Amino acid sequence: MADMASPKAFAYAPAPESRAVVDIAPSYGLFIDGEFTEATGGKVFKTISPSTEEVLSEVAQGSAEDVDRAVKAARKAFVKWSALPGAERAKYLFRIARIIQERSRELAVLETLDNGKPIKETRDADLPLVAAHFFYYAGWADKLDHAGYGANPRPLGVAGQVIPWNFPLLMLAWKIAPALATGNTVVLKPAETTPLSALFFADICRQAGLPKGVVNIVTGDGSTGAALVAHEDVNKVAFTGSTAVGKAIARTVAGTDKKLTLELGGKGANIVFDDAPIDQAVEGIVQGIFFNQGQVCCAGSRLLVQESIQDELMDALKRRLSTLRLGDPLDKNTDIGAINSAEQLARITELADSGEAEGAERWAPACELPSSGFWFAPTLFTGVTQAHRIAREEIFGPVLSVLTFRTPGEAVAKANNSQYGLSAGIWTEKGSRMLAVASKLRAGVVWANTFNKFDPTSPFGGFKESGFGREGGRHGLEAYLDV
Amino acid sequence: MPTTVPAPGNDADAAGRLKELADVTASDSTLRRFLHGLPGVDAVGLEARAASLGTRSIKTTSKAYAIDLAISMIDLTTLEGADTPGKVRALAAKAVLPDPTDRTTPRTAAVCVYPDMVATAKAALAGTDVKVASVATAFPAGRAALPVKLADTRDAIAAGADEIDMVIDRGAFLAGRYLDVFEEIAAVKAECGDKARLKVIFETGELSTYDNIRRASWIGMLAGADFIKTSTGKVAVNATPANTLLMLEAVRDFRALTGVQVGVKPAGGIRTTKDAIKFLVLVNETVGEEWLDNTWFRFGASSLLNDLLMQRQKLSTGRYSGPDYVTVD
Repeated sequence: MADMASPKAFAYAPAPESRAVVDIAPSYGLFIDGEFTEATGGKVFKTISPSTEEVLSEVAQGSAEDVDRAVKAARKAFVKWSALPGAERAKYLFRIARIIQERSRELAVLETLDNGKPIKETRDADLPLVAAHFFYYAGWADKLDHAGYGANPRPLGVAGQVIPWNFPLLMLAWKIAPALATGNTVVLKPAETTPLSALFFADICRQAGLPKGVVNIVTGDGSTGAALVAHEDVNKVAFTGSTAVGKAIARTVAGTDKKLTLELGGKGANIVFDDAPIDQAVEGIVQGIFFNQGQVCCAGSRLLVQESIQDELMDALKRRLSTLRLGDPLDKNTDIGAINSAEQLARITELADSGEAEGAERWAPACELPSSGFWFAPTLFTGVTQAHRIAREEIFGPVLSVLTFRTPGEAVAKANNSQYGLSAGIWTEKGSRMLAVASKLRAGVVWANTFNKFDPTSPFGGFKESGFGREGGRHGLEAYLDV
Repeated sequence: MPTTVPAPGNDADAAGRLKELADVTASDSTLRRFLHGLPGVDAVGLEARAASLGTRSIKTTSKAYAIDLAISMIDLTTLEGADTPGKVRALAAKAVLPDPTDRTTPRTAAVCVYPDMVATAKAALAGTDVKVASVATAFPAGRAALPVKLADTRDAIAAGADEIDMVIDRGAFLAGRYLDVFEEIAAVKAECGDKARLKVIFETGELSTYDNIRRASWIGMLAGADFIKTSTGKVAVNATPANTLLMLEAVRDFRALTGVQVGVKPAGGIRTTKDAIKFLVLVNETVGEEWLDNTWFRFGASSLLNDLLMQRQKLSTGRYSGPDYVTVD
């Protein structure tokens, strides 16, 4: 038996998931018309693992010309793809969903390497949701007549889709599954810092025998995305990302007949009433702001706690945060992984510092950060008011701003007092209060006694500067239909 | 004999709060008000948290540590109508020397038997530090008059029981007679005095809701339980990760409020090393290392021990031995 000399500490030995299940090529081209091709001009950029800064691969920097090639391929493929009976399109989507399930271990490790999030999350949240999304929309493909848009609703054409780095494969699924189910073809631009899972998805499309040109993946930076949304032969633009970029895209497509959906930032309020199930509320707060290092657009980044239970709740929350395990994202026991990029880390750091400078009280559990890579300790601020930057601006990191309220009316007023309106949470054991408050919150999704729970059957989207249009559920079909 | 440990806050505060809690049990209505004022339990959230802790990956050195810890926390149990002195002696021998091929294997915490087998167990365990625990109070149904339950307890202690595992009156609890439940536990506790530690079994499978389990936990702790225990092992639902997590939260909160530490014993249905390790993870991440020894955490189990022994042999030899390489009892 192993050394039993220190019987007091139940320390968890390292339990790393094997990297051997994923084979990352040294370089990747663009996936256009069913083939991997080099970028015109041959420019490439590196993608690194944010937890170690190790270079994972080199990826092609798509130019405006490459975008044009991809859109042309998608346009050509659209003719046959949109003419297929829905049941035939469904077969491809079901096949893709099954392949994702079969390759889920590989994809989870890949996503963890490229994004920095813990394997626990890619394995138990991202990948199951990705497969579920394809299964769900596969089911719609032959039932569009019954979706509530009249008989035989038509697809839009070529969809230009730009997705963020926080859930690379899941956001791809949210975009591609409904687009293909409704008969559109797509050109997708993954985020600059997390291109790999989209390129592996391209391989899955080939494996599934998807006709050439139906899905095209063009990697690159912001300029590639800008070229895609500005392309004159794109009929539909779907974007998930920051509000600033979303506004720029809205300006670009203004005056064209492109259909647009935007899923942007958020500053979700998580409201805890004095009759809440406290232990589960603590879990929900943790899940709300520390899931994916808080890099979640619908994160519960503002905790609104009823003043009468503030001390009790803060004690419980701090005790819980002290048990979070930060470190190697591939370790199966890691709760908090790496921040996605140096740039994002700098932004989180700057905003957190502003919280301190503006007089809020900062607290973080004792926690050693790895020496390489991009890391930020789970942090909470108490004594935050509506006037503080950390109460208004999206931090997109593991930083929780704690505010208090006295009455349900004040809770609603503070929760709604935000330029955003993506998500909110309510914690109470009283059903009538739950329903009354939920109906007054201006947020696209309101969770009750839970947080950050996703399901493909449920529509998701924002109010105000959090964007417009809905993804998921029956509502998600509308964004890709000419209705 | 609950052990008073320094509370996280001020000791004087804790003493004051303990005194206030005496008022809580002054009448049926004050007790009811207190119990129904405890925070509710969201079942979905509780079960999700328990399941999430169940995904911890415990390997190599930490697995070795957990296996030995789990063995040392077992109340090795036989509670059958067919129990005989021979069976109890065999069980006692196994508790003292779980793996005859490896004397570094820890002993179990206790053997757990019916009151009439206590003397036999006590004799078989003489000279060892393995405790004798006895179920009492008309186990498992608890359907007897209080004098009978007290006599049952007295007999077990007189025969040498170090620990008493009593059952609460679930009928009284479900009928809302919380003070009756409290007073019965307090009476058994008085009978135990400083001679035996008292484990209070709620039969969580019969209480059915998590809110009830939290309330029962507080009744037990207020009445002086040294341990709170999930189940008799005689009903359909026994120890689960979720109900044990909830009871761990209760003892954590009770200590924070009063400074008094209470142990937890899940019992029934824990058969594999994998399960046992999940429970230890619950302890580790809910109440921490102060509960990670057999003074404060126990497993009520019988077949669990052999699975732990087989896993222990696997760790030291690198291969599975199989059931013929551990002893039946």
